[in-house]
Amino acid sequence: MSDVKLAFVVQKPQYKGETSRLAITHAISYQTVEILLEDGETVTPKLCFIGEGVLGLQKGQNAMDLYGITSTESHMKNTLLVDLDVLVCKEDLAKYGIPEDAMPTAEDMGADKSIQVVPFAEIQKAVEEAKHVFFF
Amino acid sequence: MGNLTIGCYPGLVGSMSYDFAMKLAEAAVDKGHKVSIWFSGNATGSVKANQKHLKDYSTGEKHLKDLLAKGVEICTCEACTVARGIKKDEGIPGVQWNAMHWFLAKVHAADRALLIGGE
Repeated sequence: MSDVKLAFVVQKPQYKGETSRLAITHAISYQTVEILLEDGETVTPKLCFIGEGVLGLQKGQNAMDLYGITSTESHMKNTLLVDLDVLVCKEDLAKYGIPEDAMPTAEDMGADKSIQVVPFAEIQKAVEEAKHVFFF
Repeated sequence: MGNLTIGCYPGLVGSMSYDFAMKLAEAAVDKGHKVSIWFSGNATGSVKANQKHLKDYSTGEKHLKDLLAKGVEICTCEACTVARGIKKDEGIPGVQWNAMHWFLAKVHAADRALLIGGE
């Protein structure tokens, strides 16, 4: 029985590059990792957005219509559907003038979790609790 | 000895970060550590076989074959790879193809895990 805590820290804007999106999809894959682990072994990522990483998370995205690609909003909803903890830095949202209620929700899809807008100190705590930290 | 997992995301051409990841893996395995490498993003372009090594460009194939021969486990993200037009039968033999959970599983077992970022 062992759980390995991870922190995925996204500090690059969505759509600007590929890796900020890969952080999300890699974190989501925790849901299926058990097929490669022994019984009782788990991986628990926390997905954290800081700095410019908070850009491009807002709801109302039309990436599929305009570019034919899945929107970050859709990916964010999927993170909530698979019960990931998603932390978005409160101070950085304020810095860029993004209201907290602009964050997507997935209640309409049946998700129990919501994006947590938290002070940076909370994200720091998640980083300190993680065995491995990955910066994207 | 330790267990090292490297997530490698940069493209083969365009920065030296890819080269650094390969050198680091080689140094670790030569010291007797167990090493796993996960390719995602632009790094997946490096798993195509029959690369011509022009001296002005980094090469992936030679490094990967050498690392595979030394027992390093190497896996490429299947989705990232096919999105770049590389089919499985065009890949370097011995490189595994899997989904992102392969990386997380290796991270679970790792003493140290590093992410060599892209772009």
